[in-house]
Amino acid sequence: MEPKRIQAPLSDDDVLSLKAGDNVLISGFIYSARDAAHKKLIELIDQGKELPIDLNGQIIFYVGPTPAKPGQVIGSAGPTTSGRMDAYTPQLLEKGMKACIGKGLRNQAVKDALQKHKGLYLAAVGGAGALLSKKIKKSEVVAYDELGPEAIRRMEVEDFPATVVNDAHGGDIYVEGAKAYAR
Amino acid sequence: MRELAASVITDHVAEMCFDANIYLGDDEFEALKRSYEQEESPTGKEVFRQLIENVEIARDEQIPICQDTGFAVFFVEWGQEVHLTGQSLEEAIHAGVRKGYEEGYLRKSIVTDPLYDRKNTGDNTPAVIYTDLVPGDKVKILFAPKGGGAENMSAVKMLKPSDGEDGLVDFVVNHCKAVGPNPCPPIVVGVGIGGTFDRVAVNAKKALFRSLGKPNPDSRFADLERKILEKINDLGVGPQGFGGRTFALAVHIETYPAHIASMPAAVNLNCHASRHLERVL
Repeated sequence: MEPKRIQAPLSDDDVLSLKAGDNVLISGFIYSARDAAHKKLIELIDQGKELPIDLNGQIIFYVGPTPAKPGQVIGSAGPTTSGRMDAYTPQLLEKGMKACIGKGLRNQAVKDALQKHKGLYLAAVGGAGALLSKKIKKSEVVAYDELGPEAIRRMEVEDFPATVVNDAHGGDIYVEGAKAYAR
Repeated sequence: MRELAASVITDHVAEMCFDANIYLGDDEFEALKRSYEQEESPTGKEVFRQLIENVEIARDEQIPICQDTGFAVFFVEWGQEVHLTGQSLEEAIHAGVRKGYEEGYLRKSIVTDPLYDRKNTGDNTPAVIYTDLVPGDKVKILFAPKGGGAENMSAVKMLKPSDGEDGLVDFVVNHCKAVGPNPCPPIVVGVGIGGTFDRVAVNAKKALFRSLGKPNPDSRFADLERKILEKINDLGVGPQGFGGRTFALAVHIETYPAHIASMPAAVNLNCHASRHLERVL
């Protein structure tokens, strides 16, 4: 199965054309954010304040990289466990986010919100941080520098590999995949 | 009595922190290559292809295998004929962790207070250190950087003796099924059986330090390891949970005698990058 190439940020048509189990290669600009940055974004939303980034069409990558060595764009940069972001994800989808990249199970509220707001949950290979760091061509901190590895970064990626776990039509590769191979 | 300077411990610990995070052990690497050949699911095969390439990039360019360079966990077997000079063992190990994580560009992932401040300590200390006094004049240091994602998927259950083998197998297999893709499969499953509530958890962790797939020396437990591995892989969860043949690479069981009323069991998981190192000084 050949991977599908997609360009970030994403449109509704991009989202709707993909289904659970599809392998994709992402190019374009994406943002990093994990636990602490999510908490701050949600606090701003709850207070009705402006966010430090425009979420429309964006992909958020749950990552806290290792420090970059001199001359490196970024250190090791694989996905962290997504479930810790479940409490925040529906609100970000409502604000225009189109996809997030992590690894592991999501709760029902996230899956429902993906259908409602036309979004995708993607997984990159957990523990492939060295490989994934090579797909990140540029990286700059755009918010919350004080959070160190948890700061929000704007990253230019090229052929960044991921798999669609939950699509906007209710598909779930974690359920379908295990069913296909269970004995 | 043999004298050993604390600075020697510090230097070895610093090197171990770096090496364990950059170079995957041969036992692990061979298991990934074997699983690539055997995997039936196309997406699963692609996962193994990426994992193998990842190990090679990490090794060649000295980039950590995974961005989560872990909680530094040590088991130290200290020969009682050895006299440590200069610093306490704890200080010597912490100095090594500080040096290894800073100079190695490893991520510092430890926060001060677990509930309120959660402020990064900035140098990945403190470590978790278990020390046993043993006969002899050697010091053995076992180190593993323990990632948070897999560690969070651990469990302890105080089983009843009447639950027997079936109860134990059900506990381990059902737990793995429930956590599914979260601990970054293919996983290595550490199982502790027996002892007390605390000892069983330590044994589950210690099981992860064993060379991958090396069976328990007691043939009954070696058979049980194989049986549980087969059942886990038959779940079909597969690499990264995308579906496939390889959900787990190995099951390692460590046991301890139990109280007449108890049969505690614990599961501690590692991801496919089951990083661990051992040095004898």
